[in-house]
This record gives sequence, C-alpha cells and structure tokens, in this order.
Amino acid sequence: MQITSPAFKENARQALSDAQLQKALGHVRSGFIDKRQYAVDALPEFDALRDSARAIKDHTLAHLDLYLEAYEEKVKKAGGYVHWAETAADARNVILEICRSAGARTVTKGKSMITEEIGLNEFLEKEGVRPVETDLGEYIIQLRGEHPSHIIAPAVHLTKEQVEADFRRAHDHLPVARDLSEPEALLGEARRVLRYQYFQADVGITGANFLVAETGSSIIVTNEGNGDLTQILPRVHVVVASIEKIVPTLEDVSQILRVLARSATGQDMSVYTTVSTGPRRPGDPDGPEEYHVVLLDNGRSSMLGTEFQEMLRCIRCGACMNHCPVYHAVGGHAYGWVYPGPMGAVLTPSLVGVEKAGHLPNASTFCGRCESVCPMRIPLPKMMRHWREREFSRGLNPATQRYGLRAWAMVAKRPKLYRFATSVGIPLLSFFKGRKGSFHYLPLAGGWTRHREMPAPEGRTFMQQWHDRAARKQGART
Amino acid sequence: MSGRDAILNKVRAAIGTGSDDTARARAVKKRLAKPPVGVIPARGQLPDKERAALFCEMAAKVSATVDRVKKPGDVPKAVAAYLRSKNLPASVRMGADERLEAMPWKSLKSLEVKHGPASADDEVGVSHAIAGVAETGTVVLHSGAANPSTVNFLPEHHIVVVNSKEIAGDLETVFARIRQTFGKGKMPRTVNLITGPSRSGDIEQKLLLGAHGPRALHLIVVDSG
Repeated sequence: MQITSPAFKENARQALSDAQLQKALGHVRSGFIDKRQYAVDALPEFDALRDSARAIKDHTLAHLDLYLEAYEEKVKKAGGYVHWAETAADARNVILEICRSAGARTVTKGKSMITEEIGLNEFLEKEGVRPVETDLGEYIIQLRGEHPSHIIAPAVHLTKEQVEADFRRAHDHLPVARDLSEPEALLGEARRVLRYQYFQADVGITGANFLVAETGSSIIVTNEGNGDLTQILPRVHVVVASIEKIVPTLEDVSQILRVLARSATGQDMSVYTTVSTGPRRPGDPDGPEEYHVVLLDNGRSSMLGTEFQEMLRCIRCGACMNHCPVYHAVGGHAYGWVYPGPMGAVLTPSLVGVEKAGHLPNASTFCGRCESVCPMRIPLPKMMRHWREREFSRGLNPATQRYGLRAWAMVAKRPKLYRFATSVGIPLLSFFKGRKGSFHYLPLAGGWTRHREMPAPEGRTFMQQWHDRAARKQGART
Repeated sequence: MSGRDAILNKVRAAIGTGSDDTARARAVKKRLAKPPVGVIPARGQLPDKERAALFCEMAAKVSATVDRVKKPGDVPKAVAAYLRSKNLPASVRMGADERLEAMPWKSLKSLEVKHGPASADDEVGVSHAIAGVAETGTVVLHSGAANPSTVNFLPEHHIVVVNSKEIAGDLETVFARIRQTFGKGKMPRTVNLITGPSRSGDIEQKLLLGAHGPRALHLIVVDSG
C-alpha cells in the first residue's frame, strides 16, 4: 500500500474535521478502555502474567535463530512446508506460487495485519487471483477499497450507516427493500454472503498470533470463526507470519494468551484459539491437504540488538492505540501505513524508514498511557524518543525546529543565562497576558496558539520559588 | 544464499552469537524438553467440585448455555430438549466419537443423527470435548474422524458434551494432557479452544453473537462417567 505517513500533519487535520470519523472514534474512547480495565481488575495475577509474558519473549528473542530452526523442523515433521521470505516481495511471490500450483482463482483470508504489511491483496488481484476478506471488519473495508484503521478493529472508523451504504452497493443482487438499519442485520448479511465464498476458495490464508517451536504449530486467536472456516475448508492453508511470532512452548503460549485478549477486547479468552499443525492426517474427514508457512523477516532482524528490539515483543493487542489520546483524536488512517497508534509510531519508522515516518514518533505527548497498559511492557514512549533522536542526528527535521532546539540547548546549558532569561521573560509574559490569563497569539509559537490558548505564567520562576522555599525552611529550623 | 540462510545469518549477527554457542543451544533444548510452567491464576487451581462450578459459571459469562446431566446416557434426551426449546428440526450432525456413539440415540425415534463432517446446511452439530478449562469456561476439541473440525464451525448451533472429570483448572494442564496423548512435540492437525459462541464487535463496537461460527454454544456437562 502507498505510504502517506509523510503527510501525517495534513492527514491529521483532515481527520479532525471529519464529522463521520469523529463520531465513529467515540466508540474507541468509550468501549475499549472500560472493558480492559474490568477484565484486568478481575484477575489479581494480571501484572505477574505481564512480567512472565515479557520474560518469555525476551528469552525467545535472545535465542531466536535456534527457536526458528526448531520450529521449522517440527513443521516439516508434521508434513508442512516452511518458506523463508526476507522481504515483502519474496513473501508475495511465494504465496502467488502456492496459489498458482493449487490452481486457485479465489482465496479466502482470515484477518491478518502481516498480509496488509506486504500488500498481498492488491498483488494477488493484479495477478488474477481474487482475495476475499472474511473477517467482518476486513470485509467491509475491502468493499470500500480501504485499509484497516485499527489492528484489531479494522473498520472502527466507520459508522453503521456507512456500512449499510456499502452493503447496498456491493450486494446489489439482494432486495432493495430489506432492512439494514441495525448492526445485527448487517452482520447476518455478511455471514450469508461469505458462507458461499469459503466453499468456493481453493486456498485459505491466515496470519498467526503465535508459532510454537515445540510442536511446529501456528495459532490464531479470533472471535468470529471466519479464520477457522478459512483454514479448514479450502484444500490449501497458507500461514503468513513474521519471525518474532515464535514462542518456545505451549506453556509459554498459555501465559501470553492470558494477557492478550484481556488487553485487546477485555475478554478473558477470545472465542476461538486454534492450534494448527501440518495438513490433515490420514483418517481426518476434513481440514486442508496442504499446509504452508511463509516466515517473513521484512526488517525485523535489523531491529534485533538495537534500542528497538523490545518492540519485537509486541503481540498486536491494540491496547496502546485504544488508550492513546492522539489515536482517539485522528484515528488510524492518519498514520499513513499499516500500523497506527503508539506501536505504529515505533514500528513504522523501523520498517519503512524514519525519513518517511518521522512525524509518527513526534505525534505523542509522552503521556505514557500506552506503556502503562502494554501487556508486554514495551517502553513505547522511550522508543519514540529514540526515533526523535535519530531523526535529529540525521538532520531530518525542519531547519526552524533544529535551530530552535539549538538555541534552547545553548540557553539551557548555561544556568546563569537561563535564570536571567526566565526571570526577565516571565514577568514580561504575565504583563502582556490578557484578562483571561492566556494568549491567543505568541510570536514563534503559532503551532500551539493556532489550535489552543497558551496559558500565561503566574508569578515567579521555579528557581525563585525554590530559593524562597529553602529560605523558609532554613528560617523555620533556626 | 537462500532466504533461510540470509534471515538466520542476520538474526545471529544481530544477537551477537559468539563462536561458542553451546550455552544458548543448551538453554533452548532444556526449555523445549521441560517447559517451565509460569504463573497460574488462583482461580485455575480449585478443587474438583468448585472447578466444575467455575467452568459452568465462566461459560455462562461468555454467553454459552450450560446443562448438567448425571450420566452419559442422559445426553441424547438433553440434546432433544435443547432442540425443542429452540424450535430446531430434530436432526443433528456428529462425528464417530466412541463416547457419543455409546449413548442411546436410538431411543429417541424422531431424532435424526447424521454422521461425518458437517456440510453447509447442517443446523446443529454435536461434539465431545476432550477437556474443559475452568478458568475461562473453554471447551477443548481436536480434529479427526471422532469430532470433525467442521462440526465446530458450520452449524448454527454447536452442542458440546464435556465430562466433568475432564474439566481442568487451567490451560497448561490441558496442553500437558494433549502432550501425553499424542506424544511429545506432536499434535493433531487442529486443536480448537472454544470459549462461547462466535461474535463480532466490528460494527460500531457493538458486540453481536453469531458471526461466522455458531450463533449458539450449548454445553452439556456429564457429572459421572
């Protein structure tokens, strides 16, 4: 997909003035946060499980090469195939080859962010293979020719009226007079339409939440059941997963599962957790006859051993964006690529380059809510700061910002000068403040005052107050 | 260089594996041979009776319906009662599970029992779980002729029989049992952990039951047998 992250500011401006989007985003603000909190409060061991989950992933990443080899061996033993793909293009080509040799004209797809990352749908379509998204949210956005705006709720940016209009346009074989005013009716219609597609498909493609080294299994965690129909009905099942999805054992999976659904949707456990190992066995009456895993690197290995390694612990629950005030304000599309919100602000520069995605780690107030809810305890604000540092050291941010920072550093590194400047500046600012005690306009601070008022400083500087306090204490003691 | 070697080399270079890698290899071998058990929630460690009660409570919380019967022989009647209560046709789909087959289905003359994998027009599927998980109200099934996976997903109503003796407290216990049954490092093609009927919140975050999988999940807990 085309990357519009460089236009983040313009994207954000448009998002803020989009009434439909703002209405839809209200559901993120109200829904996810309370549900997660409720589930977390009901499990006293939640924080201990977060520590356990983090330790499991840290151990795995430190031994990733060995676990990948162990995993591959087990997949082969179970009769499956492993295809290693260094880049998105490698992965697309492998998948197309599998589709071609299966004679596939239609492929059904379970919800998968990794296939968004590699732009699989556009590619398959161009090559004459029709991809059909079967997750309700993904199906809706496929009809609209859009991309997901949230990693677990892809159509969260839409209202039910928009979905109704899309269904009426796409399902024009159905009676015009049907009632689609309620979400129940929309879901029912999608269920009926897609039911037929599962049986048509020659290949089913899913992602994976986990790849288990101990058994060579792939695991998907879903609620709708579409991922399961996608992988048991067609003749060929293709799993696309990136290398950091590996976990050592089923016990390790159990630990992480306990924090995954609670952090994502506030469920104790998602409806369907499905462990798939190889193709159908002799005597099995259903299931795929072929099982392929496409193991994708696409930039992960270059994050290993750097200050961004911890990002590879991410299990894609979406809690960080659900709690992010910036995401709440602009939604996922403004971020301009596959991964939005705080995790996207860290991951996108890693995968597409900071020169394209530099705005994303800057679109944060560092309020820290993302890190406080991350089930894998990923220090997201710290890593966004690392991106800002890299951006600065490579000279990628605008000249005004760079000179501004230099000037600030010049003053801030000289305590006497700093104190003099603030002791002059603060009384000056409080002298010029209006009756409201804030500024509509300040020279050089238009970026702030265009959208909100700048509060005027009150009284004396921090250092002055500190000295007063020390003097008072001294006085009290003597 | 193959993609495989390229990726593994990059990973090794990034991790900084030295010339002597035996310590890392030993750590991996050990973990795979003897998986350490992590944090098990207290609610996953209850005694037998409370465990079955918690299982039923958690299953109801995720919108499954739960019926408890005394012995396996009572299951067909419980199935028929469920069908009547939902106004469903007297026809069910099931695999060749020995425990299901030993039940007196023939005593219910009007009930049609179809065997084999499910098809698109089956309305009700019946499966026998290999286990339940009390901490989350989850039932565990695996693929094979006994309980074909399609029965878990295609019918609108899924009835799952679970033996109360096979309800484990936690997920780890179930995985350990599967390991024992199938052999270390081996798995059946599909293991389904099912927690309630299918659902979606994709339209305006409104939670709706009955997405692509069953609209209703009915559990029959057999207390002895």
